Amino acid sequence: MRAAVIVFPGSNCDRDTYWAVEHALGESAEFVWHRDTSLSGFDLVILPGGFSYGDYLRTGAFASFSPVTKAIKSFAENGGLVLGICNGFQVLLECGLLPGAMIPNDHLRFICSDVLIRTERTDTPFSNEAETGQVLRIPVAHFEGNYFADKTVLDRIEANNQVLFRYSDSNGNVSAETNPNGSANNIAGLINERGNVVGMMPHPERASEEVLGSTDGMVIFKSILRYVEEKAVSNV
Amino acid sequence: MKYYRAKVTVRKTETVADPEGKTISEALSRLGYQNIKSVRSGKVFFLELEAEDKAAAETLLETVSRDILSNPIIEKFAFEIEEI
Repeated sequence: MRAAVIVFPGSNCDRDTYWAVEHALGESAEFVWHRDTSLSGFDLVILPGGFSYGDYLRTGAFASFSPVTKAIKSFAENGGLVLGICNGFQVLLECGLLPGAMIPNDHLRFICSDVLIRTERTDTPFSNEAETGQVLRIPVAHFEGNYFADKTVLDRIEANNQVLFRYSDSNGNVSAETNPNGSANNIAGLINERGNVVGMMPHPERASEEVLGSTDGMVIFKSILRYVEEKAVSNV
Repeated sequence: MKYYRAKVTVRKTETVADPEGKTISEALSRLGYQNIKSVRSGKVFFLELEAEDKAAAETLLETVSRDILSNPIIEKFAFEIEEI
C-alpha cells in the first residue's frame, strides 16, 4: 500500500503519521507538499494533525484553498481513500468533503488526553478490522473539536449512518459525561456517504505502538490495509 | 477605478454555541455589570479595495465574505463600506 501524508505549513503530526504507516504498519508512506498537485499512484491520502497555516481565519481554512487540496478532492471523487486526523478533519470540513464544522470546545480548554470512542460501523474501509461496537482508546489534542451541524444535516448524517466513532465510556455507553468537547451527538469521527472519506478528531497514529500506551489506532490503519489489499486481489 | 475602505464583521449564527461570548458575558455579570444582558464574540476585518463603483465593490465584498472570510455553516457576516 502507498500512502501520501500531506504536509501543510504548520502540520505537526506528519512525521508521527508517516512513522505509523511506514514502521508500525510496515507499508510505504511518502510526504506530499501542499504545493504539489498530483496524488496519482496512492491508495490512501492522510491529512495529518497540526495547525495548518497557523489555523488563521478558521481551523483548516487556508489548507482548504491550497493547491494539493484540489488534488485531494479529485482523488476522493475517483474513490480514493482519504483520512483526515484532527486538523486534517477540520480541513475536510472546510473544503466540503465532509458535512458540518468545528467550533471551540464547549469548556474553552485545549484537551490533550486519551479518550474512548465507540466504533459505530465495521463495514467501512477504515473499520473492517474492528469488532462491532468496539471501544478504542486513542488520544485527542485539540481546542476546536466541538462538532457542529444544523439539525437537518445531523438528521441526514444519522439516517445515513455516517457517524463512524462516538465518544463513549469503556462499556460503549454514550452520554453527555463521555463527551469531552461538546460535539453534537458525541461525534468523534465521520464518514462521507460514499464511504471513502473519513475525518476523526482522535489521533490513531499516537496509539500505534505499545510504547505509546495503546495500539488501538492500528485497528484503523490495518483496516485500510486490508481493504486496499482485498481490492487489489479482486482487481487482478 | 475608485478606492474603498470596508469593515467586514463575522460572527457565529444564533444557533451555534459561542463559548467565548458566554464566558465574557458571565464574567461581566460577576464583575457587577448586570445591565449587559448578552455577549456574542466575533471577528472584524478591515479591507481596502478598488472597484468601478460602489455596487461592484459590494459584489466583491459579498463574494469574499461568503467564500473566504466566513464559514456559512456556522457564521454570518455584515459589511460597511466607504469611498476613500
